[in-house]
Amino acid sequence: MLFKPISQNFNDFVIDRDKERCINCEVCVRQCSYEAHFWDDARQCVMHDNTKCVGCHRCEALCPTGCLTIKKNPADFRDNALWTPTYMKHIYKQGDTGGILLSGMGSPSAKPIYWDNLQLDASQVTNPSIDPLREPMELRTYLGSKPDKVEVEETPEGPRLKTKIGPQIKLEYPMMFSAMSFGSINFNLHKAMAMAATELGIVYNTGEGGLHPTLYKYGANTIVQVASGRFGVHKDYLNAGAAIEIKVGQGAKPGIGGHLPGEKIDEEVSKTRMVPVGSDAISPAPHHDIYSIEDLLQLIYALKEATEYRVPVSVKIAAVHNAPAIASGIVRAGADIVVLDGFRGGTGAAPTMIRDNVGIPVELALAQVDNRLRDEGIRNWASLVVAGGTRCSADVIKAIALGADAVYIATSALVAVGCTLCGRCYTGKCPWGIATNEARLKKRQNPEIAAKRLTNLVKAWGHEIQEMLGGMGLNSIESLRGNRDKLRGIGLNEVELDILGVKHAGR
Amino acid sequence: MRRVYPNKDFCIGCHICELACLTAHSESKDLIIAVREEQASGLRPCKAVYEKGPVCVSLSCRHCENPTCVTACISGALYKDEETGKTKYDESKCVGCWSCLMACPFGAIRRNPSKGKIIKCDLCEGRDMPACVQACPNAALSYEDR
Repeated sequence: MLFKPISQNFNDFVIDRDKERCINCEVCVRQCSYEAHFWDDARQCVMHDNTKCVGCHRCEALCPTGCLTIKKNPADFRDNALWTPTYMKHIYKQGDTGGILLSGMGSPSAKPIYWDNLQLDASQVTNPSIDPLREPMELRTYLGSKPDKVEVEETPEGPRLKTKIGPQIKLEYPMMFSAMSFGSINFNLHKAMAMAATELGIVYNTGEGGLHPTLYKYGANTIVQVASGRFGVHKDYLNAGAAIEIKVGQGAKPGIGGHLPGEKIDEEVSKTRMVPVGSDAISPAPHHDIYSIEDLLQLIYALKEATEYRVPVSVKIAAVHNAPAIASGIVRAGADIVVLDGFRGGTGAAPTMIRDNVGIPVELALAQVDNRLRDEGIRNWASLVVAGGTRCSADVIKAIALGADAVYIATSALVAVGCTLCGRCYTGKCPWGIATNEARLKKRQNPEIAAKRLTNLVKAWGHEIQEMLGGMGLNSIESLRGNRDKLRGIGLNEVELDILGVKHAGR
Repeated sequence: MRRVYPNKDFCIGCHICELACLTAHSESKDLIIAVREEQASGLRPCKAVYEKGPVCVSLSCRHCENPTCVTACISGALYKDEETGKTKYDESKCVGCWSCLMACPFGAIRRNPSKGKIIKCDLCEGRDMPACVQACPNAALSYEDR
């Protein structure tokens, strides 16, 4: 197109406007924050520029006559198994800019998804299945350190637990909304997550962006995060939540810090993060006070001291090659919860190369970490949580059978409120009003509606988990935890089966 | 009485309420025909979205307790329904003097240019829920008794 560099014309999407149905109402023009749709004064009708379309489908969803279809650009380069259009377009972009490629959301690359190679068991004849609609089915989960043994004492009122149990997070469903900072997503969604978590009896995680003063009232259902930038961290913040999480790594970008662009830092984000309006908020790659397990231990206990040992402390790492050894160190350093974030985890912004090439599948890391902690006899010292790419209740239940205590969900939560994974979160122009703080865009998320949708999602998954548990003849999530006999692999080789600790289907 | 209340915090300025209103008040009850054909013969939405900077809000007749339009109406076309509380409009009596347009403090009355008569929200007579409220994608309009 005229006035555009050649490479920009290799656009990913084309906008198909059915002129039979288009009424030039301009709903698409107002909805598109990338200005792909516009009012053409010369032609006196709505027109579009395909090169600006990011494929978010907002226009398609709101078009009142249904005249819009966003399609993949059918223009094909010559087939080449090595040089796929993705790689060529990366190079064109870098030829234009000389910069690092940026991406939003989790890795879309075609790498193994082990959830899909695991099948669940079901009861037949010899052990009856349970109908969760007729019989109790326990999904409640407690996260935190469990004692090595419990002592019970006799009292005139009956037996009483003598052992002091450490602080726990009580979850009515084995799911939590994972860390998405206030700034990377806006206040309306933070409020929606807080409302939904409260209604559901679960928790949400603030991410590294502090906690807005108006959300302190949801503290009992909040995990406050402490990450390398220490944004928004102060005594009241630490004491506001039901737990504290130290974020060491993120699945989408292991080894990399964070960078919230200045455009996303408005007045409220600035106050909450304690950084100036419009300035970039950069979280360093490492915590500058953690260079060893001993340093981590000091931070864990500093946080426990600050909160007078009232709340559990969690440590989140990206799933990487030596995850089991690292996790063991974390547990021995005093963490009550260990979070493993897999390479499919979402992000507001990550260098594309890192997102798509660093880290390992969380399924493998989970199985190995669970094994290692059990082998060392310290599995009960900490709860194990997995994050990164949990798409459905079956993924959740498989994670629990592999050894997780609970699952963090975030991408699925965003999809529930409209996200279409267009992956342009880093532009701050999210047309769905999610990853944006622009006044005009953020109000597209009405917290009441968003909270309802999040609540619906978790309840729906809860029902499905109950059905699947019942099918296996189990009546509580506790009976499934680490029960890998309920899993069988399909299409996996022996090494994979060995790592996952499951038998092949048929065995 | 139940009225349509806009919520400017969550009005996204999409103008879909206007299109829903237009469709609900059209002969064809079809958005495409309403816009392409019926609009040419004077059909207009009773609603209008006003915008200033990032703030936008969708306005229509407030069905005021003491409506100035009724006081201003010279022909008795506008009147207050004692039973429902609605500010009603009898098109057959309207003479197109536009007194009500000038009297309305909300600018909620519009002109039908071909008929020479006014257009005003009737809270979607015959529908359970006004079309604008039903169509709003962000629940920025509510129909309730406050």
